[in-house]
Amino acid sequence: MNLVDSIAPEGPPKPELYEKRKGVYPKAVDGNFRRLKWAIMVVTLGIYYITPWIRWDRGPYAPDQAVLVDLAGRRFYMFGIEIWPHEFYYVAGLLIMAGIGLFLVTSSFGRAWCGYACPQTVWTDLFQHVERWVDGDRNAQIRLEKEPWTAKKMAKRGTKWTIWLLIAMATGGAWIFYFADAPTLFGQLFAGEAPFVAYATIGVLTFTTFTLGGFMREQVCIYMCPWPRIQTAMMDEKSLTVTYKDWRGEPRSHGIKRAEENPGVFGDCIDCNQCVAVCPTGIDIREGPQIGCITCALCIDACDKVMDQVGRPRGLIDYATLEGAEIEQAGGTPPTLKRTVFRPRALLYFALWAGIGMAMLFAVGTRDRLTINAIQERNPTFVQLSDGDVRNSFDIKIRNMENRPRTMTLTLQGLPGGVMWAGSGSRDQALRAFDITVPADQLLSTRVFVAAPREGDPREDFGFSVTAPGGEEDETALEPARFTRPGAE
Amino acid sequence: MMAETENDNGKRVDEPTGTDFVGHEWDGIEELDTPLPRWWLIIFYATVIWGLGYTVFYPAWPLINSATQGVLGYSSRGALAEEMAAVEAQRAPLREAIANIAIEDLPTDQQLMQTAIQGGRSAFVVHCVQCHGSGAAGSEGYPNLNDDDWLWDGDMEAIEYTLIHGIRNPDHIETRISQMPAFGADGIFDDGQISDVVSYVRTLSGAEDESAASARGAELYTANCAICHGENGQGDRTQGAPNLRDSIWLYGADRASITDTVANSRYGVMPRWGHRLDPVTIRMLTAYVWSLGGGEAAPAAAETEEVAEVETDEPG
Ligand code: SF4
Ligand code: SF4
Repeated sequence: MNLVDSIAPEGPPKPELYEKRKGVYPKAVDGNFRRLKWAIMVVTLGIYYITPWIRWDRGPYAPDQAVLVDLAGRRFYMFGIEIWPHEFYYVAGLLIMAGIGLFLVTSSFGRAWCGYACPQTVWTDLFQHVERWVDGDRNAQIRLEKEPWTAKKMAKRGTKWTIWLLIAMATGGAWIFYFADAPTLFGQLFAGEAPFVAYATIGVLTFTTFTLGGFMREQVCIYMCPWPRIQTAMMDEKSLTVTYKDWRGEPRSHGIKRAEENPGVFGDCIDCNQCVAVCPTGIDIREGPQIGCITCALCIDACDKVMDQVGRPRGLIDYATLEGAEIEQAGGTPPTLKRTVFRPRALLYFALWAGIGMAMLFAVGTRDRLTINAIQERNPTFVQLSDGDVRNSFDIKIRNMENRPRTMTLTLQGLPGGVMWAGSGSRDQALRAFDITVPADQLLSTRVFVAAPREGDPREDFGFSVTAPGGEEDETALEPARFTRPGAE
Repeated sequence: MMAETENDNGKRVDEPTGTDFVGHEWDGIEELDTPLPRWWLIIFYATVIWGLGYTVFYPAWPLINSATQGVLGYSSRGALAEEMAAVEAQRAPLREAIANIAIEDLPTDQQLMQTAIQGGRSAFVVHCVQCHGSGAAGSEGYPNLNDDDWLWDGDMEAIEYTLIHGIRNPDHIETRISQMPAFGADGIFDDGQISDVVSYVRTLSGAEDESAASARGAELYTANCAICHGENGQGDRTQGAPNLRDSIWLYGADRASITDTVANSRYGVMPRWGHRLDPVTIRMLTAYVWSLGGGEAAPAAAETEEVAEVETDEPG
């Protein structure tokens, strides 16, 4: 039984400019890694589909969706955390954490992301399960592919593609719920009242999921994705990767019988090709590490089963580091998994990663929910008033980042003899402090005129403070400013 | 080192992949003659077809004096015109409301007022900055519109009137007009008298202490100047006569400047905008100038929170 013949090239290769995709029909397999893959698929898809539906009570002035990217309102809500546009560095921090996290995982576990958590992998895996459910396992799939387009084949293809399409639509459909109130949008979607961009997003994501997950599959990993190329730079001789132990397996016996008849001649590999049959990217791991291997370890599950059957120790194909492989080949015992994973490089990455995370958590916990900015009008910087006083004007922006309206007091700090009034008022209402109400979760922008006697420094430092009554303590924000008089050049 | 064999054609072949070497080598890495995936070719053709289709539907190919129009009839100029028309249409109700409200009530309607101020700011940049400066701070001879001093009144109505009819506009009957005599050039005062009057005028604003000269000047002032500038030098806005007691001097507060003014008479001319700008634009300019800080006769102060312009939309 040599199933590989159907996909392996025959004879000497003649150079071609373009090559048709070779079909990959991965065989179903069971084992520890397969079960891990199932678990990760359930968890990741679960997170993806359920998250937008989690509610989070933020009071009457803010949306009650736990995770929401509110583009129109320029807010990002994540459970108890609300991010304003000027706080976008938190998102930058998350991206840096993701980057370091990738170093951490890749340097220890190799391409674990590719094999288990990458959306392309997860959806492809899902599509393959559908394919198996409709068409049958590997052999049936190959047979069906070769069949002419009979009614039966058309029915099967139709069923498969319909299910794929439904999954693809649900994928795009879930994405848009992160950008609007999910229950509302869900209703609008089916009533045909959702915004055009929602339908367009679903359309695009449906198309990409359908083609990339259904038809392109390993082509995405091999030709389109930049990660495999970048990841090689993050790995070293101590990173885990799926390895075929050729020193143990070779020479291959081409069948268990031959091995039994010729003891001591052959290695453990019986050349059953199970490892190739189950590989979702259609490669032969026995040829050594290669870009097509996403380290999903399904070949490990397959070969372990074969080893059990032929009564050989498991792990002919195994997760191993380059260093461990060399030690083992030389007859030694490779370092344990614990030693491999908790090496200094990984610990350093982890410390960095966790450090940034802690710093961000701390920053989020202590950040201000009230800020004030004052920008001096510089054209002109000052105005001579009739009575001899001098006036400056400032554009003041107050951000009330709490989910309730707050009446605050804006106060002039310093500047003896100085008074101020709001841009729409007049000088007879001038005061040292006045109240201002800022709506919930909004930025208020107002012009304030400040007048002070002509005598004084050409440039005098003073400040604006804004105080909002808070829960336990009043919250105050300060903004330094400078008063300019004639003579300041 | 790479494992290699030779194939039937005598080419070197990379053993693990069975692919020919191209022959390029860099730093020990050799290029393989791997065929491109066929879908790549299909996508390439698809983009070419897309590109060609684009040139059919949209303006693209340059001709001698123009370019192909495209079967969709699209042009960026047309798109802009459409967008502008849409903006105009959107603004029309606001413009109409601004035209219809009593001008002195405009500041009480916050939304209209903000719209008017913004529109006024852009109109100011086009028509007014040449004299009054980009920040409306003026310069010598050109009034600073930010301050609280007005030659011809500073309420909305007065500002609108000034804008429509101009000041000392030679070809317009309703223009604001007044003229100060050239006391020196016309031989009304001699140089000594001018000097005395200047001394007196400077005592009014506290720039100079009283003296014998200023006392002589006071008499001359009462006889010749008080009719326009007022008994106490407080000015008269009905005829644009400046207040001489305040700290604001259009042509400078030093002796030389004031002497020049008294001897030769100086006055500015402002064009009338009534026949150049539409009434709504003039109202917007009025609102902008009024809002700069010197606007007078403001209605009872609006609540502070209404003043402020909230920049963000309600989230959600
Ligand atoms: S599954 Fe194991 S025994 Fe079978 S061919 Fe692969 S490596 Fe050899
Ligand atoms: S070779 Fe093994 S680990 Fe690599 S992709 Fe194929 S099945 Fe997964």
